[in-house]
Amino acid sequence: MIHSTAAEMATKLAAGEISSVELTQQHLDRISVVDGQVHAFLYVDTEGALSQAAAVDAKRVAGEKLSPLAGVPLALKDVLTQKGIPTTCGSKILEGWRPPYDSTIVSKLKSAGIVILGKTNMDEFAMGSSTENSAYGPSHNPWDLTRIPGGSGGGSAASLAAFEAPLAMGTDTGGSIRQPAAVTGTVGVKPTYGGVSRYGLVAFSSSLDQAGPCARTVLDAALLHEAIAGYDPRDSTSINAPVPAVVAAAKKLDVKGMKIGIVKELSGDGYQAGVRSRFDEAIEELVNAGAEIVEVSCPNFEYALAAYYLIAPSEASSNLARFDSMRYGIRVGDDGVRGAEEVMKMTREVGFGKEVKRRIILGTYALSSGYYDAYYGSAQKVRTLITQDFAAAFSKADVLVSPTCPTTAFKIGEKSDDPLAMYLNDIATIPVNMAGIGGMSLPVGLAPEDGLPVGFQIMSPAMKDDLMYQVGGTLEAALLRKWGSPILSNAPALGAN
Amino acid sequence: MALNYDQAIAAYDPTLGLEVHVELNTNSKMFCGCATEFGAEPNTQTCPVCLGLPGSLPAVNGKAIESSILIGLALNCSIAPFSRFARKNYFYPDMPKNFQTSQFDEPICVNGYLDVEIETDEGTKVFRIDIERVHMEEDTGKSLHVGGSTGRIHGAEYSLLDYNRAGIPLVEIVTKIIPNTGKYAPLVARAYVTELRDILRSLGVSDVKMEQGSLRCDANVSLAPAGSGQLGTRSETKNVNSLRSVERAVSGEIERQANRLQNGERIVQETRHFLEESGQTRPGRSKEQAEDYRYFPEPDLVPVAPDAAWIEELRATLPEKPSIRRKRLKIEWAVPDKEMASMVNAELLDTVEETVLLGSDPTKARSWWLGEISRLANEKEVAPTSLITPIQVAEVIALIASGELTDKLARQVVEGVINGEGTPQQVIDARGLKVVSDDSALMVAIEAAIASQPETAERIRGGNIPAAGALIGAVMKATGGQADAAKVRELLLKHLGQG
Amino acid sequence: MSAISRDEVAHLSRLARIEMTDSELDHLASELDLILGAVARVQEVAGADVPPTSHPLPLQNVFRPDVVTPSLTAAESLSGAPASAEQRFKVPQILGDAE
Ligand SMILES: [Zn+2]
Repeated sequence: MIHSTAAEMATKLAAGEISSVELTQQHLDRISVVDGQVHAFLYVDTEGALSQAAAVDAKRVAGEKLSPLAGVPLALKDVLTQKGIPTTCGSKILEGWRPPYDSTIVSKLKSAGIVILGKTNMDEFAMGSSTENSAYGPSHNPWDLTRIPGGSGGGSAASLAAFEAPLAMGTDTGGSIRQPAAVTGTVGVKPTYGGVSRYGLVAFSSSLDQAGPCARTVLDAALLHEAIAGYDPRDSTSINAPVPAVVAAAKKLDVKGMKIGIVKELSGDGYQAGVRSRFDEAIEELVNAGAEIVEVSCPNFEYALAAYYLIAPSEASSNLARFDSMRYGIRVGDDGVRGAEEVMKMTREVGFGKEVKRRIILGTYALSSGYYDAYYGSAQKVRTLITQDFAAAFSKADVLVSPTCPTTAFKIGEKSDDPLAMYLNDIATIPVNMAGIGGMSLPVGLAPEDGLPVGFQIMSPAMKDDLMYQVGGTLEAALLRKWGSPILSNAPALGAN
Repeated sequence: MALNYDQAIAAYDPTLGLEVHVELNTNSKMFCGCATEFGAEPNTQTCPVCLGLPGSLPAVNGKAIESSILIGLALNCSIAPFSRFARKNYFYPDMPKNFQTSQFDEPICVNGYLDVEIETDEGTKVFRIDIERVHMEEDTGKSLHVGGSTGRIHGAEYSLLDYNRAGIPLVEIVTKIIPNTGKYAPLVARAYVTELRDILRSLGVSDVKMEQGSLRCDANVSLAPAGSGQLGTRSETKNVNSLRSVERAVSGEIERQANRLQNGERIVQETRHFLEESGQTRPGRSKEQAEDYRYFPEPDLVPVAPDAAWIEELRATLPEKPSIRRKRLKIEWAVPDKEMASMVNAELLDTVEETVLLGSDPTKARSWWLGEISRLANEKEVAPTSLITPIQVAEVIALIASGELTDKLARQVVEGVINGEGTPQQVIDARGLKVVSDDSALMVAIEAAIASQPETAERIRGGNIPAAGALIGAVMKATGGQADAAKVRELLLKHLGQG
Repeated sequence: MSAISRDEVAHLSRLARIEMTDSELDHLASELDLILGAVARVQEVAGADVPPTSHPLPLQNVFRPDVVTPSLTAAESLSGAPASAEQRFKVPQILGDAE
């Protein structure tokens, strides 16, 4: 039943129609058949997954009260620590590292009885939009194996689209959940900053990073969202307030009277024709469902990309300083003669890939005395302006919408030599991270010109994540009625060789 | 010809700057729940946070914030209504994240002062030391260098790292430049660190043990031609681990710099290390190419914004300032300066005060603690307070005052307590040390003495009072020295019609 | 005129402790030049009247009680170490001074 939704699987598990061990085994089998083509996983924890599944089954047999997703398998992005399980962040520098602790997300997943299948591929330290920056080779888009599955969380999104897992965890610093969701025809949610604990999420850019759910439906994402969200005293930046009722919101299927704002600056030039037409059709569906459409302007969004490429590398240059071969990870050049400093330099030369080095150097520069005010300082001011733009827009609309990405999935290798072109992919997703608000991407059809999925982004105010689930759930239901079957039923079969 | 200290001071005016690092004595570390015990087995007080493991996040210890505010208040600082942690980025293996979580342009306390008293040629003089800032940060791990010949960093073949100390809360107290101390610069530096140590101890926020590194001083010294009013290039001397060393390091640097300048050499802005054995400093890293720390606000932590109510609540708990308390006690106890100083230096002022508060006479309390008890403590090479409690000492002093013990017996009681024989009363009972003051028991002994020396008794009856000595001696002998001789004399003379 | 010279990149790579070959330095210098040209746009709107935002949340005063919680065992702490000895992390000789 790997093609079912997580909610359906949960229902069958609860009814005793299938055991978690059986369900987990089906997914492990699928992984062994298709992952050679997709390369969504960096590590598959066959034994661990089956024993977690068996434990859930035993509890169910014993009549214990279980949480809604108990027994459903999940793919974990390799940027989240899981005790004893290799965690590489897609980097060679962490090859072989097995963390001695669980991230808060993993603790929550475990206590919810969600079965962790393994770790998914990603751009190194979440820097990228294609997984081409993974030290372990790129993942492939199940819609077209010659194309990228997005990034940085391309592995998680690809695992969903390839039916290797019904749920996955992602992290989103500038779009790393939403953009992969968009290009693989899946759903991805970046919750409000502080809504999900960052403890155990290997930091890329601390003030922007946010973990969130990846799934094939809005409801599945909501179920996972509620399992992982909530205040964590280990994360001083987590919000000490009740988690928005996103599952209930996803089930509302009603947007009558809601005001939906189209961000003028996130459409038009630079967006692929098929992306624009599918976006416009989705807007029509929302109008038909009773929503009121308004146009809002966020004039400072055009500076968001520039500010992001100063803030994120600056924080990254500091966050990644700890990878120095002294306490964990690989060590290069320790011949008993070289000093610690030289060994650090050699390890970091070998251990980090090109994009990571590029961003570390860029961030080091932006924070240098003499340049700080002009670069990092100015970028922080832009952040204020973007937040103000959002505040003004949310005074006119309940949620804001835009295409998730300017284009559908591009070819592997197409942009890997042009960092600036690559960075443009995130133009519509970055403002959400800058302001710390919520953002969701859900599929709204295939672009006529290439037959590839198009993502629709919904943005909700901070701590009102339920609003994007409400709109997303309604739109998804309307489109499903129109299409007759889920979008992924159009994806090519895999594993046939 | 080399300049000596007096010649150096005649030719140059020194300017000081002092940075003191204090390890707070919180139960847990600054950003994680690991214990802070000194001397634990290596790497047993470490966790993902203080090891800087990927994914870990800091969480601020609220007690450390309170302690920092208390320190700022005690140093007459303004407490910033908004302060932030910042990352100080530089690579060093004893620092697990390769940045130190510290404070940069938004420290928690600013603009304070501390007055210190110095004995000068013109009598006691007060120097006001302006405090620039008090900020919070975290300590580093400890490295052990193996191989090579000296055990120093250079020449080691490899290093071993223990991160138990990494993340212990540190408070750094930075003075503004301290001008116009002239030849008293070394004394002012020492007095400042001493006074600061006493304040920190009175606040109870740190163990302030320089020898264990919980209080560390870096001394900045620069010289300018006498009377020029200029500011010279400074050196920063680290590793100054005792009060005496603070004084020696400053005077040593003044001499070294003066001699360089005298020879037409320039002073290099650098870090120097104090060598305890020689009192000299050796050069460390040159700071001429200023390290670029790329400070930026710590994104994993939120601002610290203490409100006025919280600050006032903390202010209300401030203890009396040590300098004011010393003055008060000096007057209350009528103690000469020298005695006061010896109590302070022996770190027994608190103990003596506690004993006095239990009812003892200040002079007696002082002489017991600084005399007999300190002597025994010295023999055993332990702290006097580890041997006996103020309550026990006060009890002994009370027994002397009531005549139940003589000084001689009291010393035996104290010795017994220190030997672990129990409380003073238990020692008295077990050793049978009670002064014999029961009149009837004494009368038996007196009558026995008279019976054995009838002629002497007769001479006393006849008015020869000095003859009583022989009978008193006999009574004292018979009672094993436990009788009060004055009492024996009184009873004897009365009995023989001379009372 | 380029915004960043090869020497500057070399200095940055030293600061960041990343060994780089001459050709890497050249390549990165030209790339960074382009990127910096693009990101310098932030200065257009970063007026003196705009306050900086370092963090998306308006939180402050988040403190933890001063309570000791269990540490890792030394074996767990050292489990990822490339080398260890005497229950400590074993690292190449440390040259130069600490702070
Ligand atoms: Zn710790």
